[in-house]
Amino acid sequence: MAQLNAQGQPYEDDAPEPEAPAPAAATASTDALDDLLAEIDGSLQVNAEQFVRSFVQKGGQ
Amino acid sequence: MRVAGIETEYGIVDPDEPRANPILMSSRLVTACRAWAGEATSRWDYGGEDPLQDQRGFRRSRLGASEDLLTDAAEFDAAEGRVTLRRRRGSWEDPAHLNAVLANGARFYVDHAHPEYSGPEVTGAHDAVVWDRAGDAIALAAAARYAEDEGSRVELYKNNVDGKGASYGTHENFLVDRAVAFDDLARRLTPHLVTRQVYTGAGRVGLGQFGEEPGFQMSQRADYMEAEIGLETTLRRPIVNTRDEPHAARDRYRRLHVIIGDANLFDVATLLKIGTTSLVLSAIEADDERLDALELATPVEDVQTVSRDLGLRARLELASGETATALEIQRALLEICRAYATDAGDAAVLARWEGVLERLGSDLFSAAREVEWVAKLQLLGRLRARHASETHPSGLPWDDARLAAMDLQWSRLGDGWATRLADAGQVERIASDEDVAAATTRAPQDTRARLRGGIVAARPDLVDAAGWSTVVLDRETDHGHLEVVHLDEPGAARHPLLDALMDG
Repeated sequence: MAQLNAQGQPYEDDAPEPEAPAPAAATASTDALDDLLAEIDGSLQVNAEQFVRSFVQKGGQ
Repeated sequence: MRVAGIETEYGIVDPDEPRANPILMSSRLVTACRAWAGEATSRWDYGGEDPLQDQRGFRRSRLGASEDLLTDAAEFDAAEGRVTLRRRRGSWEDPAHLNAVLANGARFYVDHAHPEYSGPEVTGAHDAVVWDRAGDAIALAAAARYAEDEGSRVELYKNNVDGKGASYGTHENFLVDRAVAFDDLARRLTPHLVTRQVYTGAGRVGLGQFGEEPGFQMSQRADYMEAEIGLETTLRRPIVNTRDEPHAARDRYRRLHVIIGDANLFDVATLLKIGTTSLVLSAIEADDERLDALELATPVEDVQTVSRDLGLRARLELASGETATALEIQRALLEICRAYATDAGDAAVLARWEGVLERLGSDLFSAAREVEWVAKLQLLGRLRARHASETHPSGLPWDDARLAAMDLQWSRLGDGWATRLADAGQVERIASDEDVAAATTRAPQDTRARLRGGIVAARPDLVDAAGWSTVVLDRETDHGHLEVVHLDEPGAARHPLLDALMDG
């Protein structure tokens, strides 16, 4: 893990983030994840904004 | 061996018509679920519900009163257990399209504008996982039937937010000894509910109820918790809900209704959510005063602080004036709970709890196979990094729609990214696919769900309706009334009359 926010503050885009690809995390499962990531990336190129905009739910319990 | 159960409200979408009416879709989904179930289903019995009773109030025991009544009833036969008579009424009380009681003991119905699966009563965290995933399988089967019968598609999302301000719940229910004073229960449980997010969180892109700030947080529900304690579930939601509707013998039991939790697609998250909370409740029932040292000074704020503290280092102020991190509080709870394990299932929960806390504390991403928010964050981080450039050295910014879309699609039943991650062998499973499939039509055998599900499966022709604590029989009798079989003991899996009817 790289740098972590120790104050529990929301992460801003320019702030240090824990999810900067960590060498330890990227090793074991890289191969298995790469194919899935490529598929996710491909599908999101097309319709992400439209998808997010149209996902509207009523409040529940 | 505490009785518990999970209720899940699913998000519902017609991908071809985003403005389709969700209430109508949910109702059609329940109809499709009944069609999927075939004969083995019944209506819901609304007879015994009492959702306005508050845990902090008082009410005379219904049980005491009705037993006086029973001794006068000529039709009552002690050998058949508690049975009362009810006049036949019109069918107004249960439009069949809003409810399905199922052979696995669950209720599938329309709650507000969402389809909801209320799982059967289980004992233990492992069975909670099995029957929770069975609910997802049933919902998927109903959606497939819906597509056949309605000629349009429906997608279901096992999450809790839409990013536009709406939240819908995943509630846990725990049977608790009525002798525990509710204020003590709430006070001693709150530190656990605030800090367990570190392993129960499903992860969320967006901060604030409307996702108005870019960022990522652990929990789907954290930003919707606005009070320490209260009766509400749809607004000003409390950390500890006071609804006092035990669905059981009121003089002996409470049903603690926990509304703070996230919907989980990871088995380990569900296992720990139910297993750890059940053990903490055992410590509370035993009046373990060590719990008092963990009381938080500002629990409502702390829910959000913990959810945003991805580095797991934020120090929360305790009522004592000291401070502790969420992980430290969880480790303290783990040590206290060691004394309350009573069976192998509890021991498995303790071992998993310890292991997950260790992994979270040493290398966050080593918990990615078990903790849902960590897995989601890892995948989002890799997705962001793929798009790193001169202008965006850290990759996609958090307000990029692709990240929000991936977060929503993560939870889609059937083909969502969490399911795909599991299919790729990257998620640890607690329950086998075979056990889950069997649990779609078979009830747990060690609670009253066995009776509810069993009679619905074996003799649906005799069942007028069923509820959590009642089975209403409609059969040829001299008195000509419906017979209400009372199941006030959630842990009682046998009943002379129902067993006789099932065997016959």
